[in-house]
Amino acid sequence: MSAPDNAALYRALYLIRRFEETVLEEFASGVFYGTTHTYIGEEADAVGVLSHIRDGDVVFSNHRCHGHFIAYGGDLRALFAELMGKAGGVSGGRGGSQHIHWKDFYSNGILGSTTPAAAGAALAEKLKGTGALTVCFIGDGTLGEGVLYESLNMAALWGAPVLYVVENNRIAQTTPIELALAGSIPARFEAFGIPARELDTSDVLEILPVAGDLIAEMRADPGPRALILHTCRFGPHSKGDDTRPAELVEKMRAERDPLTIHAARLKKTERTAIEDEVNAEVTAAFAAAKAEPMPEPMN
Amino acid sequence: MPTVLDSLNDGLHRAFAEDERVLLLGEDILDPYGGAFKVPRGLATRYPDRVFTSPVSEAGLAGVAGGLALRGLKPVVEIMFGDFLMLAADQILNSLTKFGWMYGGPLDVPLVIRTPMGGRRGYGPTHSQTIEKHFLGVPGLAVLAPAALGDPGALLADAILRDPGPVLFVENKLLYLEPVRGAAHLPEFELEAHTLPGDYAPAYSLRIAGAPPPTLTLASYGYAAELARRAALQLAYEHEVFAEVLVPTRISFPGNAFFDDLLIPALRQTGRLLAVEEGTRPLGWAAEVLARAAEALGPQLRAAGRVAAADTPIPASTPMERAALPQIEDIVAAAVKMMRL
Repeated sequence: MSAPDNAALYRALYLIRRFEETVLEEFASGVFYGTTHTYIGEEADAVGVLSHIRDGDVVFSNHRCHGHFIAYGGDLRALFAELMGKAGGVSGGRGGSQHIHWKDFYSNGILGSTTPAAAGAALAEKLKGTGALTVCFIGDGTLGEGVLYESLNMAALWGAPVLYVVENNRIAQTTPIELALAGSIPARFEAFGIPARELDTSDVLEILPVAGDLIAEMRADPGPRALILHTCRFGPHSKGDDTRPAELVEKMRAERDPLTIHAARLKKTERTAIEDEVNAEVTAAFAAAKAEPMPEPMN
Repeated sequence: MPTVLDSLNDGLHRAFAEDERVLLLGEDILDPYGGAFKVPRGLATRYPDRVFTSPVSEAGLAGVAGGLALRGLKPVVEIMFGDFLMLAADQILNSLTKFGWMYGGPLDVPLVIRTPMGGRRGYGPTHSQTIEKHFLGVPGLAVLAPAALGDPGALLADAILRDPGPVLFVENKLLYLEPVRGAAHLPEFELEAHTLPGDYAPAYSLRIAGAPPPTLTLASYGYAAELARRAALQLAYEHEVFAEVLVPTRISFPGNAFFDDLLIPALRQTGRLLAVEEGTRPLGWAAEVLARAAEALGPQLRAAGRVAAADTPIPASTPMERAALPQIEDIVAAAVKMMRL
């Protein structure tokens, strides 16, 4: 594998961060409506995994989908517009924050509901002989949903080339994982004969090669795999519902910020140039979305 | 005369032969067993790579089918008993019927979930129900139900090959062994198949041959339509009440031309509507039929009623089950009573 492009990775991480910060900052202004679930703190997961996908690979995402969508290459203006309920949004204003589809990317807001769809999509690509893989992002909360285990069973039985990425941010809405999860996460996959790798890091350079190995393995030997990423969510579950002590979140931010970790690898001037460029891009996308018309009510 | 079971089996084989994107997933569907009710028999032998016998995982199966359909294949899922459909209900409500709309649409989700429904076989409370009413109000879901008329297999093949999906295809268990009847097999009736605008799913009308114009309209579907047909014969021969029977094969409502083109014009002539179904009485298909008729006709609708199952679970014991489910004599009695109005 060629040496990672640290500047490009930083740009990808920072793009997600600025998008999500803008969403939280602007919610109070009334330009957004409804709900949102931001990805702040978890950016290295999406960037580390989705750096390896090819055209035609399929991605399923969940309620916390903005980071996955942006790492997939999704358009910022279209995503802002969707969150604003604009006609020009990714889903024409019908879906909102959690329900977006573009090219081979699909998200849904029902936890676990995407896990069989991802197995089915992976099976379809295998039957069609396209060589495309499917990546399905889930969180620790979804480990409580029964349909996940039906999906793992069928994916394993039928050799569906799907990579289940568990982003364990250790909290489901307000419930800490200790109150919601018994037993082991990797053992859940291993019980179905699905090889699982596990990382406890927010460093994109640690996630990147492991995800790359798994995906290369899947291309050579199609079948399901799991990647368990222990991560940190810095923001609230949605908008104002963080019940964790502030000092805990501050400690996570100090120790586990994927941007801080990766920024140390860039020269200050290089980093500032990327940040300035991304800030301008996000600001322009936000303004363009804001200027768009609302949809006709009956569309 | 082929049975409904033969016809549905033939429909599946035709769909498989016509389009190699068609797949079948379900429990116990491999030959020689060929499925609990034998509808898919022979497919696994002829198309071993396109038939996936599955674990007992209804929700997962529905979801996998969604993924297959999103990626351009045409899966058919067999749910062994209609009662088990609730295990897949979240997938139907929040994924399969949402994909085509919530992303800005249109996006095809060409999949068919087929399932046997209904009682009269002593299977008890969890293997005898008629629960499609819970799915009739789901936006974006086509619900089809063959009767023992016309070509049930063609309806199934059309649903698989022509519908952008998703489709719930409800097969009453007692229909399976009924012969499929055409006009030649029903000398006592004038049978007409109606093609409705923009719809591949036909509707049928049955009138007593050589009788005066009907004074009562019976509306029913599936096996209940077979009971309604037999009741119409009794009404004619024993009570001199001439009813017509209208039978849709599309039982979900939005854009349903059955009402505008067939039922409402019929009711303008008869003014009396008796809707017959095997599901429990409250809030079901018949309730919606009556509501639509009342909205369309107002005081022109002189009388309206329902014959349906009791609002209880289905008992296993034969006499108790018989009492809980609508019978021909219930339809006759309700019709005779209605004629006094």
